[in-house]
Amino acid sequence: MLEIDVYRRQGAFALDISLSAGSGVTALFGRSGSGKTSLVNMVAGLAKPDRGRIAIDDRVLFDPAAGIDLPPEARRVGYVFQEHRLFPHLSVRQNLCFGRDRLREAERTVSFDHVVAVLGIEPLLDRRPAGLSGGEKQRVAIGRALLAAPRLLLMDEPLASLDGGRKNELLPFIAGLSRQFTIPILYVSHSMDEVLRLADTLALIEAGRLVVIGSVEEILSSPNYASLTGHGEAGAVISATLAETDSRYGISHLRFPGGVLKVTQIDRPFGTPVRVRIHARDVALALHVPPGLISVRNQIPAVVRSIAPFDDSQIDVMLDCGGAPLWSRITSEAQAELALEPGQAVTALIKSLTITRGDVSDRGNGQTGALPG
Amino acid sequence: MDPTWFTLTPLEREALSLSLLVSGWAVVGSLPFGILFAWLLARRSFPGKTLLDGVIHLPLVLPPVVVGYALLVLFGRRGLLGTPLHDWFGITIAFTWKGAAIASALVAFPLMVRAIRLALEGVDRRLEQAARTLGCGPIQSFFVVTLPLSLPGVLAGVILAFARSLSEFGATITFVSNIPGETRTLPIALYALTQVPGGDAPAFRLCVISVIVAFAALLASEILARRVRERIGG
Repeated sequence: MLEIDVYRRQGAFALDISLSAGSGVTALFGRSGSGKTSLVNMVAGLAKPDRGRIAIDDRVLFDPAAGIDLPPEARRVGYVFQEHRLFPHLSVRQNLCFGRDRLREAERTVSFDHVVAVLGIEPLLDRRPAGLSGGEKQRVAIGRALLAAPRLLLMDEPLASLDGGRKNELLPFIAGLSRQFTIPILYVSHSMDEVLRLADTLALIEAGRLVVIGSVEEILSSPNYASLTGHGEAGAVISATLAETDSRYGISHLRFPGGVLKVTQIDRPFGTPVRVRIHARDVALALHVPPGLISVRNQIPAVVRSIAPFDDSQIDVMLDCGGAPLWSRITSEAQAELALEPGQAVTALIKSLTITRGDVSDRGNGQTGALPG
Repeated sequence: MDPTWFTLTPLEREALSLSLLVSGWAVVGSLPFGILFAWLLARRSFPGKTLLDGVIHLPLVLPPVVVGYALLVLFGRRGLLGTPLHDWFGITIAFTWKGAAIASALVAFPLMVRAIRLALEGVDRRLEQAARTLGCGPIQSFFVVTLPLSLPGVLAGVILAFARSLSEFGATITFVSNIPGETRTLPIALYALTQVPGGDAPAFRLCVISVIVAFAALLASEILARRVRERIGG
């Protein structure tokens, strides 16, 4: 468990953040200049807070009150930077072993062969960084950080400098890192797509302050943070797994706590964990659905949790489908007719066609080993 | 053509080997200090930094004779440092090849520091940060990341200082005089020859030797620097 409580003033900007991050991937999300990078630099020991405390489990990294301020080299915190920062005068192999060589034998808990295999960098070992592509460099940088057997891995927009193809090549690998190497990751990003595909926990940072921290589904499904997450239209995000695909009709079935969601076909192996975004405007509500008379494929039983006006003519209805959130935006006229109220049982109607590939984020974790391509 | 043309006379051999010895020691002895001061100037801020910068560069703008005379005052038998060095440790510096090396080192020092400082300033500090997060202390990360990456500049500084030492005349002759076999380096031997009748031919030969040595040093540094750059660049 990483515990951060830091304050630092820099001119007119003040960073004042207190948060805890557990296992898995915690995404720090916010606009550029919101203080995300400063925060991870403080955790790494590359920047110093004016006051506060930083600890990983029982190990205190920074606590001026107790006279503790470990230098970066003593923190055992791995750091993957936005730019790869590989050492140009060393080979890939020497880069990978840079941190590892400085550990005592007993501390070298991460297997070199395993990292090399998972990252698919075996053919690169004897080359120099200058000869590698952007994606390859970043993979080596990740390997270098992992091999130093850190207790926490910081990743500061590691994909920002890569093009779309390279991003997609690295994303599944990063998604699996935390589990494969049982290491908590603090992941700085300003891409909601990356957050959806990688993060378990989401921390929203704005102007040096923590707005909220919680599960990705919880925060992205809440109307309170829609302006900050800036993720297109209002809607809910739910976790699901790919249960089956009916290629006759081009339909995939996703299992989620509220039942089964039929969406346009997804070509991934069964059991692949995914996140699905369901736009509030695509969810219709019915008090009673006559069986066999309606084209809408998804008829999901739900309970109204809360009702709030969006503007003069539209109403946001928050729903609970067996624990999963759902969000429906209906007209005021519809509400006038249905007279929905919290606690009421309804059926949410979602057309399969409205959920397309772009709304489904693959959380596959590359556990099958080497990356494709 | 007379084959003896291509063999060095004893005087030439003596002057050349003495020059190489003096310049070699001048560079080797001052390199650690050169790196230290270059690092101080490139990476640290402290009160008196501008003053230190000025003092280091002083030999570049002072007449070498002034440097030589100052050394004589300091390290002469009756000098401020010369007396205790001689009385307590039995070390004599004035009028020895060691003195010549010190004079050369001092005059060449600003050139060395400038080159190394530029190289250090060119190293991406973010790489040093990366080294720190990988378990390197500040000193270790200097030696495994910063210094190797500034090697071309360090090499340039070394060669520049070596070449400057080879050509050192004013400070040397003032401080350690012209003693055959001890302090009579190439430039001093050359000067001495020009002062005697019939010395033109041998003086010309020393000129040619000086040119060859200096040119060889430059060539070697260029080749070395290219090799290092290739290694760093991948």
